[in-house]
Amino acid sequence: MATAEEVAKAAERRDVRDRWLLSAPALLVILFAATGPLLIVLVYSFLTPGAYGDVKWLFSPDAWTSVFLERDIFDDTLSLAAAHVTIFWRSIKLAVVTTLATLALGFPTAYFMATRSEKTRDLWLFLITIPFWTNLLIRTFAVLQIIRNEGIINTILLKLGIISAPIQILYTDTAILIGMAYVYLPLMVLPIYASMEKLDFRLVEAGYDLYATRFKVLRKIIFPLVKPGVIAGSILVFIPALGAYVTPSVLGGGKNMMLSNLIELQFGQGRNWPLGSALSITVMIIVMVALLAYVRNAGKSGVRHG
Amino acid sequence: MNWKTTATAMGLALLASTGLARADGVLNIYNWGNYTSPDVIKKFEAKYNVKVTITDYDSNDTALAKIRQGGTGFDIAVPSQTYVPIWIKEGLVQETDPGKMENFKNVAPEWANPEFDPGRKYSVPWAWGTIGVVVNTNAYKGPADTWGIVFNTPDELKGKVNVVPEMNDVIFAAIKYAGGQQCTDDKAVLKKVRDLLVAAKPNWIAMEYDTIEKMDAGDFKATSDWNGSALRQRLANPAIHYNYPKEGFGLWSDNVVVLKEAKNVENAKLFQNFIMDPENAAGLSAFHRYANAITGSDKYMPADMKDAPEVVIPADAKPRGEFQKMCPPETQELYTKIWTELQK
Repeated sequence: MATAEEVAKAAERRDVRDRWLLSAPALLVILFAATGPLLIVLVYSFLTPGAYGDVKWLFSPDAWTSVFLERDIFDDTLSLAAAHVTIFWRSIKLAVVTTLATLALGFPTAYFMATRSEKTRDLWLFLITIPFWTNLLIRTFAVLQIIRNEGIINTILLKLGIISAPIQILYTDTAILIGMAYVYLPLMVLPIYASMEKLDFRLVEAGYDLYATRFKVLRKIIFPLVKPGVIAGSILVFIPALGAYVTPSVLGGGKNMMLSNLIELQFGQGRNWPLGSALSITVMIIVMVALLAYVRNAGKSGVRHG
Repeated sequence: MNWKTTATAMGLALLASTGLARADGVLNIYNWGNYTSPDVIKKFEAKYNVKVTITDYDSNDTALAKIRQGGTGFDIAVPSQTYVPIWIKEGLVQETDPGKMENFKNVAPEWANPEFDPGRKYSVPWAWGTIGVVVNTNAYKGPADTWGIVFNTPDELKGKVNVVPEMNDVIFAAIKYAGGQQCTDDKAVLKKVRDLLVAAKPNWIAMEYDTIEKMDAGDFKATSDWNGSALRQRLANPAIHYNYPKEGFGLWSDNVVVLKEAKNVENAKLFQNFIMDPENAAGLSAFHRYANAITGSDKYMPADMKDAPEVVIPADAKPRGEFQKMCPPETQELYTKIWTELQK
């Protein structure tokens, strides 16, 4: 006869087994849908490009060397891949500036929303999510209609006699930044708002009672408490901004490549799939390093409880 | 809903499905976007009782990559002449022998035996055209029959020129402007090409495909472009003129092939034959605004295309047109590097 202990053990074993079985679908999805394609990309980055796209199953480290080094086609010297560095730098710069711009716009917006009465808050939240109902491409074209030479801004300024010739905004870096900030703003506002909503505003009142200045209240009380929201928002904006494709092409005129265009070129007209794969993985590594550094830094200087 | 309406609905559904089943099959076409005349397709469907589906692609490379992966379910594709030899070599297309089809007699002699498909064993002409320079004459009145508009931009057009970012087309034009031959791997010429492009770029406003609307709205005052696109621009704004560059310009053609993996081979062959009929070929042209290669189609062509300078190449410009070829992979690699440097 089984002792009580044995029964308990068997029950525990069953429990463990059930838990594995229940999580199996999720694990399988992660294994095949997330890791699988990445592995293929990794393998492809070590193969030889086929003559007309695709790959030949021959090992070659060339793709990886050409991510960082280039052989000058005219004097055959080997040097740092200046073109790639320029393009990487441009994309990273854009992603950082976009993150800062959305933060500068999104933080006050979230504060405004969180300090409204409970009923109106939902309305504001609803308004922030409206742009998500429309496709990204359409939103970008809407920005284009506003800033182009025959667009709304220029037409109004011309009619009012403030300017005599249209201001060239479209196809400049300013245009790209306007578009990016507009497109990614909700991704910044929503997480900050989520933290801000939980903020106990009695703490703010207490701060004022103790003669803290407005800036001090913001810096010492509000910001530390909504920091998780700021971090989440920054990550949500930075990552897609780094790989942004549509907005820079449509508003920037496609004259200057972004990372995404460079990668697309390798899979299209460039016919160098291994290089495209190697570049993709390089981007992932950059994102990972940036995230680790950011989260670590943020964690270190955060408020300590207890 | 009561049982009566349910029964009627079911009966109707049944009728509809048997109606579909009575069609002599389907034909799945894989073609460039905004390129297939719905009227001609309707006519084909009615004539042969075939249901046609159309799926779009946006570049030769996309189409090639997708078909090479297989299992697409497409019967027909329309690659450009530079790609037809690759499709043949890679075993992606069937030898349907259009050269022996009934309507082949309509194919204009200069298109009957092209270099990319000798004897027309695989492909049927869909459309052909040129790549030149489009200028808004309100912005610039000087001579515009030169790639110099793009590569050595006159002051009036600085900051207003667009370049359609087709790598092979741009490099072709730049090589012509530098005085070289297409597909050259001569380093001296290519260095000139590189320097030319890098120096020209600051004068460009954009590198975009969306030229028709932007030329009309005035965002661009000049652009490199395909002739059919130029025609649509002139119809929207008569000040816009198409020019055949004196340094030489590219000729292209798109061709209908039947895929090896096609399941509806007979319908695909019927379609190949069908579009070589003059009236049908003219119907296709009326939609995509490019010339076709079918003799006798002129009398069915829309009036605004018959003598359009974009469609009918002027006699003096004709000898300067040259068919663009696919360059060898090693040369292509050099071009990609120049292109990356240009766009960095």
